[in-house]
Amino acid sequence: MLRQKEGPGADLVIRGTRVLDPAEGVDAVLDVTIEDGTITRLEPGTADRDGLVLAPAFVDPHVHLRTPGREDEETIASGTAAAAAGGYCAILAMPNTDPVVDSAATLGALVETARREAEVAVGFLAAITRGQRGEELTEMAELAEAGAVAFSDDGLPVASAGMLRRALQYASITDRLLALHCEEPSLSRGGHVHEGAVAAELGFTGYPSVAESVDVERSLSLAAYEGQPLHVQHLSAAESVAALRRARDAGVRASGEATPHHLVLTDEAVRTLDPNLKMNPPLRAERDRLALLEALRDGTIECVATDHAPHASHEKEVPFEAAPFGVTGLETAFAALYTHLVEPGLLPLEILLERMSAGPARVFGLERPRVAVGARANLVLLDLQRRRRVGDEPFRSRSRNSWLLGETLTGAVALTIAGGAVAFEPAAVAA
Amino acid sequence: MTGSIRLVKDELRPPGPPPKRHLISVADLERDDVERLLGTARTFAASLERHVKKLPTLKGHLVVNLFYESSTRTSSSFELAAKRLSADTLNVKSSGSSVDKGESLKDTALTLGAYDPDVIVIRHPQIGAPQLVARVTDAHVVNAGDGKHQHPTQALLDLYTIREELGRLEGLHVAIVGDVLHSRVARSLVQAFRLVGIHCTLVGPPALLPRELQAEMTTDIAAVATADVVYVLRMQSERMQAGSNYVPSLREYSARWGITPERLRPGQKVMHPGPMNRGVEIDPRVADSVDSLVTTEVRSGLVVRMAVLYDVLTGGPVGVRALAAAEVA
Repeated sequence: MLRQKEGPGADLVIRGTRVLDPAEGVDAVLDVTIEDGTITRLEPGTADRDGLVLAPAFVDPHVHLRTPGREDEETIASGTAAAAAGGYCAILAMPNTDPVVDSAATLGALVETARREAEVAVGFLAAITRGQRGEELTEMAELAEAGAVAFSDDGLPVASAGMLRRALQYASITDRLLALHCEEPSLSRGGHVHEGAVAAELGFTGYPSVAESVDVERSLSLAAYEGQPLHVQHLSAAESVAALRRARDAGVRASGEATPHHLVLTDEAVRTLDPNLKMNPPLRAERDRLALLEALRDGTIECVATDHAPHASHEKEVPFEAAPFGVTGLETAFAALYTHLVEPGLLPLEILLERMSAGPARVFGLERPRVAVGARANLVLLDLQRRRRVGDEPFRSRSRNSWLLGETLTGAVALTIAGGAVAFEPAAVAA
Repeated sequence: MTGSIRLVKDELRPPGPPPKRHLISVADLERDDVERLLGTARTFAASLERHVKKLPTLKGHLVVNLFYESSTRTSSSFELAAKRLSADTLNVKSSGSSVDKGESLKDTALTLGAYDPDVIVIRHPQIGAPQLVARVTDAHVVNAGDGKHQHPTQALLDLYTIREELGRLEGLHVAIVGDVLHSRVARSLVQAFRLVGIHCTLVGPPALLPRELQAEMTTDIAAVATADVVYVLRMQSERMQAGSNYVPSLREYSARWGITPERLRPGQKVMHPGPMNRGVEIDPRVADSVDSLVTTEVRSGLVVRMAVLYDVLTGGPVGVRALAAAEVA
């Protein structure tokens, strides 16, 4: 289902490195031999470099590649290069492009382009409703045949409960997941910032957490009623997390994702009025952030998703209220979470690696990147001691609306191998 | 000179220019700043009682007034304040300028910044516009109202008015009544009152009191009874369109929260930032009563804005003597 350009299969030996593949139960110092892009030998080694970890490369279930329509902001080539720089071997692109990916023709063109240009494997989601208007179902069976990995109206909720029910029913024949952006528009309308003390003080129209959680509750109820699986995108509110946990405990096949920015920041950050801190859903309160972290730790939330949303600089260089929602994230996700969650002891590294790779692969039915003899090499080499300031090196993404600009982060990607080919190798390591 | 480059540690570098002084939010101010500004305003008020009202203080300085929203009081008083201080003024309004042609705020600010203005006074419907102007120009920026966020000079002129009328600030009780949710004036006042020790109560319909605002809030209009000053906010009719349902109707609003003579006791002062909707949030008898400070607020606006322009440019207190010296120069 996923496509990437043909690259020469890597031939290399990574010696004396700590190998960490939680899903495979591997944590050992090994010499890893890769021949023509396939892992051929795993042998005990002796550690010769501190702070390096070799792990299964990451999988991002939520990326905006802006193609077709806004190739000035991102292309398949630039977005996948950014993904490779972030340690990803596979990403899933959302269909809210211009035109919307709601026909086999549009989807087919993207799949073809990915075959020529993608530095890492890309899968495309197709829309749930035509034009994401929430009125008519897309031709899901044909879209699935044409390569749709899953379905989503991301950017917008499926506002009508009746429409969502029909989508759940029909998607069942395609064996594809529905991934939902949950938002009750009558509660979020006009909102730019989480409804709380910060919005009250700054004067922003509030976007309350209940705008998300009522839609999460309703969607999960429908999934339970129809007996169909459901994936909830970019969870932000404690109440949504609680609803997801209850549904899973009750046996509903529900999964969820959280973004690095919601796991690290709260609405306090918005006080700077920096438009690079504006996203949908908005940054929420500390209790929401802690609920997300707890759910990521205990597995209620199985995926870290960047919701990488590139925007042209002139669109973000405006007053906060006029700026579009969205921030980039592919190139900084691991370092942001390592610095803010793993280093302070809030999240074990093993769990972070699982939620960034095996978790999303499992939820979306993708092949799991793994460190095992015979497996295609989808690996990331992480330098856990290297510190760098975000923005000092140019981004591979065409956009630079990062929420981390100017911040110094620990943990850098030293090598990415995607689909057996070297997809990213910074100059420093090559030397 | 060849050989090694000597690395200079940050603390050994010569200090850069001090950060530009802006007035963007009341949150930027300390109590001392408020005292200094009110003191400066008082000095200017004395100077305005002279026969020749113009002071040479800011001669040769350029003040740009950049207004993206309609305004009578604020724009006229900033313009007059700059002129009374002998600054050159340039007034740019969004209608009739390149903004009509779709020019972005950044580009408009860069364009005006090319004239090297000393101060840019900006009013804009969006929160954060003054910060953007401060980022892209070298001018001192004064916020004349940004969306629902802040209107710091209004808060200062209200403090000035209250002190002139009641003789003090600390320990007073002010009730702010009306649409707090959409009011940048209320947000600025809450912070300013906290700074000077005024006890403040916010009164209004439930949906117009911001959730989690750090302030004393009530829906009960009876709370105005104990206030020294009742500060009435404008009901913004554009916010009250049918279907928004913040309140069922303006009629119901006036019946429940309108400030009428019956709801006041003699001697209670009434303030309003204007423009007033007589008969909606304020009864005309109240607006025209001797206890109404509405026109006093307008007069205060001139001297407070003179003080703000002077203060951002000089960064220090202004004494009578310094003023006299400036007049001689």
